[in-house]
Amino acid sequence: MSDARLRTPFPERAHAALEDAHLQEALGIATTKFIGLRRESFAGFPEGEALRDRARAIKEGTLQQLDRHLERLADSIERLGGHVHWAATGEEARDIVLRLCRDKGVRMAVKSKSMATEEIELNDALEAAGVKPVETDLGEYIIQLAHEKPSHIIAPAIHKTKGQVADLFSKELGGRFEADPEVLTAVARKELRQKFLDADMGITGANFAVAETGTIVLVTNEGNGRMVTSLPRIHVAVMGMEKVIPTMTDLMVFLAILARSATGQKLSSYTTLVRGPRQPGETEGPEELHLILMDNGRTRQIAGTLREALYCLRCGACLNVCPVYRQIGGHAYGHTYPGPIGILLTAMLKGAASVKDLAHASSLCGACKDVCPVRIDIPRMLVDLREQLDREKIAPWPERMVFRLARRIMTSPALFRLGASLGRVAQRPFVRNGRVRGLPLFFGKWTRTRDLPPVASRTFSERWKDLERP
Amino acid sequence: MITCLGDMFFPEVGVAMVRLLRRLGVTVEFPQGQTCCGMPLFNSGYHHDAALVAQRTVGLFAGAEHVVVPSGSCAWMVKTEYPGLLKDDPALKAAAEVLAKKTYELSQFLVDVLGVTSVESSFRGKVAYHDSCHLLRGLGESRAPRTLLRGVEGCELVDLPGSDECCGFGGSFSVRLPEVSTAVLDKKLANAEGTGADYLVACDAGCLMQMGGGLTRRGSRVRAVHLAQILAPEDSA
Repeated sequence: MSDARLRTPFPERAHAALEDAHLQEALGIATTKFIGLRRESFAGFPEGEALRDRARAIKEGTLQQLDRHLERLADSIERLGGHVHWAATGEEARDIVLRLCRDKGVRMAVKSKSMATEEIELNDALEAAGVKPVETDLGEYIIQLAHEKPSHIIAPAIHKTKGQVADLFSKELGGRFEADPEVLTAVARKELRQKFLDADMGITGANFAVAETGTIVLVTNEGNGRMVTSLPRIHVAVMGMEKVIPTMTDLMVFLAILARSATGQKLSSYTTLVRGPRQPGETEGPEELHLILMDNGRTRQIAGTLREALYCLRCGACLNVCPVYRQIGGHAYGHTYPGPIGILLTAMLKGAASVKDLAHASSLCGACKDVCPVRIDIPRMLVDLREQLDREKIAPWPERMVFRLARRIMTSPALFRLGASLGRVAQRPFVRNGRVRGLPLFFGKWTRTRDLPPVASRTFSERWKDLERP
Repeated sequence: MITCLGDMFFPEVGVAMVRLLRRLGVTVEFPQGQTCCGMPLFNSGYHHDAALVAQRTVGLFAGAEHVVVPSGSCAWMVKTEYPGLLKDDPALKAAAEVLAKKTYELSQFLVDVLGVTSVESSFRGKVAYHDSCHLLRGLGESRAPRTLLRGVEGCELVDLPGSDECCGFGGSFSVRLPEVSTAVLDKKLANAEGTGADYLVACDAGCLMQMGGGLTRRGSRVRAVHLAQILAPEDSA
């Protein structure tokens, strides 16, 4: 994500999002729809809960022997004639793609939706190297035209209304298009068709890669993933190392819950299974297949506090239900991965200090944990992340002082009583009609938008003396 | 157990709870020296400090048969986090586990322990119930409060759209990101006002502070009240 965006403090980015009427309209409609679809889908799927447990267990088991599964995956891919590249960092992954482009004379690459390539900001790197990247997922295509970044893990243009998309297409593609999703989709389809045919390289991510068979799995709804992996002469898949799963049976478990969690579908419209490049005697498929296995901070967390974040399937369900995400959208977070899971993934990729504000961008309501297909305990991990911020003295010192003082008060009934008495005196000028308003300084953060109940003239502890003798 | 917000800002909730429990034949004691469950410290990452608070609380309630608290989040804190916070001292951890087991949020205590589904009281008005996050998702409870409300004569329970969505309080979240917190709150209050209810009921002091603060600020006719205030209103003695 551009550094310019991060120079604005998070609360200001959130403020801007709250003021953006288009964003509020688009986000409200879309997240509400996603929530309903997911709920309905699982309501009619009683075995779903057990499958979620099983999926979680598979992820956990795979992590315990990640090296073994990755080696097996690499062997399987190579046996099929594919090439496997190992990238310790995002930079290495990017360089591998650029080197392939250079060596193979690639001028244009079509892409299917991939958060891994967003993570390494591949499009910017490709453009700088003179390779034209073309996003072919409709949402990605929209934001590429708008020179923006995805604001949702599976719905990158969720922040835009159809009216905005119509205006964008009209301006960028020349013409006058009405704000009708069918019309706009047809426009994009026509624009993209020739690109698929002209591209030298197809770049994808991977929802899963099956170690036993070397199958790269793409879950999409537009069929563009299938064209990206079959029409150009080279297919490059960039994948986070945690995406490996052991067997095809395991894949069935994940497919049964992934689309349900993401969009409420039983299965997405297209589930593309790629097994190696074109084989002798086959008439379709790319001549070359490259799989880039990217670490970029992941394996460090196998034994770290963010371990569970490595289970993530990137379904986006936790974003849809998050009260914070639903209000501010993805861009305000300022990093590739937004929402509650995004805070954890950002900490994984860029370190805890990079999320010192974002770690608090959650009311810990637990809705994310509830809908996560693999039951990642996101609130718990956010709290642990906050603990790390205190322990490593990344949290600002005034805050740490305030909480130390709070602990003093909480461990001393005398101080606690004194606090109540002081509160009663201090609130006097601000009580109107039995409510506290217009408090100064820090307290104004509450009273600017909400009343505060006054400290009671007699606290419960003080009233107990009367209650004791009923 | 009466925790910080309840003690200082909503003593009438504690009083209503005592009235209610006594009416149901429960002997109520109030160990002196209670302060806060430590959740604000815990949630902000000050785990060592939260452990010191937990240690104190565990000691205060050693003699009780059951511990009842009119706040889902405090009950959750005691039940799910205390043992882990005190894990370094085996004796303290064991004591925390005992406390965790015998601690109940009020509505759960009434329904699960006392086996009450109606407290045989009356209250005139239309009420909407808000599911507090920690009671709903933390302790898995959505039925007990509704069961109890349905058992009150004259009280009409209406469906609150998005009742399971956060009110935007979130402890220090409410002042760290006040604008976002308020935007979340506004949605909740609009839903509540849309039901035509007279009262917005919750089982958590945090939610009541947030929702009540928002309602009076917007001059709403809806009032935020605690479940105990419906089950044992002041004139019910």
